[in-house]
Amino acid sequence: MRVLLVDDEEELVSALAERLSLRGIDAAWASTGQDALTRAESQTFDIAVLDVKMPKMSGLEVKKKLQEKYPDMKFVFVTGHGSEDYFQAALSESGTAYYLVKPLHIETLIEKLNEALKE
Amino acid sequence: MRGLKGGIAGRRTHRLRSDMSILARLKPRFWDHGDTGHEPYKHLFNFRRIWKLTVLLTAGVSLSPVISMAIFDYNVTRDAMESEIALRSSRLVSNCRRTVSFFLAERKAALDFIVHYQSFQKLSDPAALTELLEALQKAFSGFADLGVIDSSGRQRAYVGPFELVGKDYSGQEWFEEVLVRGIHISDVFLGYRQIPHLVIAVKHELPDGSFYVVRGTVDTKRFNDLLSELEVSGGGDAFIVNHQGTIQTPTRWHGRVLEKMPLPVPDYSPETRVIQYKGMDGEPLVVGYAYIADTPFILMIVKHHEDLMQPWYKTRKELFAFLAASITVVLLVILGVATYLVNKLHDTDEKRMATLHHMEYSEKMASIGRLASGVAHEINNPLAIINEKAGLIHDMFMLKKEYAADEKLIRLVESVLSSVERCGAVTRRLLSFARHMDVETQPIKFKEVIEEVLGFLGKEAEYRGIKVNVEASDEIPIFKSDRGKLQQILLNLFNNAFAAMADGGRLDIRVYRRSAESVSVKVSDDGCGIREADLERIFEPFFSTKKKKGGTGLGLSITYGLVRELGGDMNVESKVGIGTTFTVTLPLEPKQKRSLKT
Repeated sequence: MRVLLVDDEEELVSALAERLSLRGIDAAWASTGQDALTRAESQTFDIAVLDVKMPKMSGLEVKKKLQEKYPDMKFVFVTGHGSEDYFQAALSESGTAYYLVKPLHIETLIEKLNEALKE
Repeated sequence: MRGLKGGIAGRRTHRLRSDMSILARLKPRFWDHGDTGHEPYKHLFNFRRIWKLTVLLTAGVSLSPVISMAIFDYNVTRDAMESEIALRSSRLVSNCRRTVSFFLAERKAALDFIVHYQSFQKLSDPAALTELLEALQKAFSGFADLGVIDSSGRQRAYVGPFELVGKDYSGQEWFEEVLVRGIHISDVFLGYRQIPHLVIAVKHELPDGSFYVVRGTVDTKRFNDLLSELEVSGGGDAFIVNHQGTIQTPTRWHGRVLEKMPLPVPDYSPETRVIQYKGMDGEPLVVGYAYIADTPFILMIVKHHEDLMQPWYKTRKELFAFLAASITVVLLVILGVATYLVNKLHDTDEKRMATLHHMEYSEKMASIGRLASGVAHEINNPLAIINEKAGLIHDMFMLKKEYAADEKLIRLVESVLSSVERCGAVTRRLLSFARHMDVETQPIKFKEVIEEVLGFLGKEAEYRGIKVNVEASDEIPIFKSDRGKLQQILLNLFNNAFAAMADGGRLDIRVYRRSAESVSVKVSDDGCGIREADLERIFEPFFSTKKKKGGTGLGLSITYGLVRELGGDMNVESKVGIGTTFTVTLPLEPKQKRSLKT
């Protein structure tokens, strides 16, 4: 499983990547949407974990762009924000309830990743 | 559109106390609500004053013409009646006087005829005089005797029951009068056989300057019959008195013949007059009288004023009854209309106030929501970082050889992680609460919402040893409603219950299917309960039993408003010392919104 983690909180996303790596999951991370797209060009990913709310390019936009290029890619959304709009938007984008609220439970995240990939 | 309060009144489960007086029941809604509340939730109007002013003004304006017309009509009809009575009396007296005058004139004329027709010599002959008397008695009833008196006053001939021949009348008053006036009609006296009589005397002057007088005594029976036959209305009495007030003919009520009349002698008047007297017992009398010319007589017709006025009294009674009925109807209409209008005004104002503080409440809740979500969000990100960092440390201890498993450090980092988990739960709850602030409707699991709300109160319940028991049957379907409002409703109810309970109390929450279209939640506490008198008012804005402890009195009215907005209903049962149960019933499908703002 190759995972791309995208979150504007570098501290968070780097630690998370390391934790996944410790569990044998191939995780790369990016702290902006643009960075994520560049990353995706050089490397193939099965799934992306996107923070919904990011400066400049939101998780939803990143998802759209990635999906255009890599139609097989799966997505899981993560948010720290409770706004209903984001909630609804993320729900409709991810199709099912692949939507997690921070702070994350690492086990829950892995579970969701596996579920999403099985689809 | 009865407004918040009216709606509540119609749905309360408890009854008005039966011992309430009718007056208290009739008391309009606004009566005691003139000055409750504080700025800006003060009523705009003093309803009691408006009501009083309206009633007084309209009653004054509408009743004064009615009353003045009635007074005017009263006076006019009474005056008409009085003058009618006077006129009738006067006519009767005139007719009667004519009859009496005619009676006397007839007899006087008879004597006149005799003196003109017969010579003095012939009249002095007792046989001829007897013949004349008989003829007179036949032609004109009532003649008792007949006498002829010469100029010296000596009775020259007499026929009748007495022996009066040769009697000297000179110097007597009546004889002097005949000499001067040519005629005399005497007062009535008790003559022969104690029958009342009167005397008529006429003087006849001869061509040689001498004269003689013919004197006849007339029995007054005919006279009396004339008067007693009169039909006098009004308990009336017709009789004749002389100028001294001595009764001359029988009366019904005013004494016997030759007694003094109990009324004053009326002043002289050449024509018929009607006056009013006070009778012996103070009763008002209508007296019609006439002085009969050339006689010492006054004809009197006395009637009782009261009796004459009987028809008028009947009219007056009808007038009063009509007036009373009109006044009653007018007053009832005015009271009804004024009460209705002021009630409407009151309801509208009440609604305005409710809307006002509902708006303020929504505003407040929105601010709290924004604040909560802002704080939660700000805390959430660093929290997530702490979570990941601590998680990483934990992972390293667990998974990497070089860090090996240091039991103590692992425990420490696990404690950090569990604290983060707790903080995360709080922020999630805050975010979810804030998230639902502006939503219309969405699918809701009742039990989930209850647990969400109880989450806020969990700590308090724990500290105070309050046992919370949630019972929600599985049949409760997922239903559509406004999650945020439902949360607020439940939070308010739970808060109220907590406030009412002592430490160690018990809160029962039971959700059940009310009907095919509705679901109910019962929130029962075993707290202090609500007094029966207060039960009626607890949904009213600004009604609080906790004002001194800082209550605003808005909580339940707002809760009620929210329930109504969700198309639901709410009622309360309570017993002092035992506890209170609030029941909220909500429709499974949102109905047409019954908003307070419309």
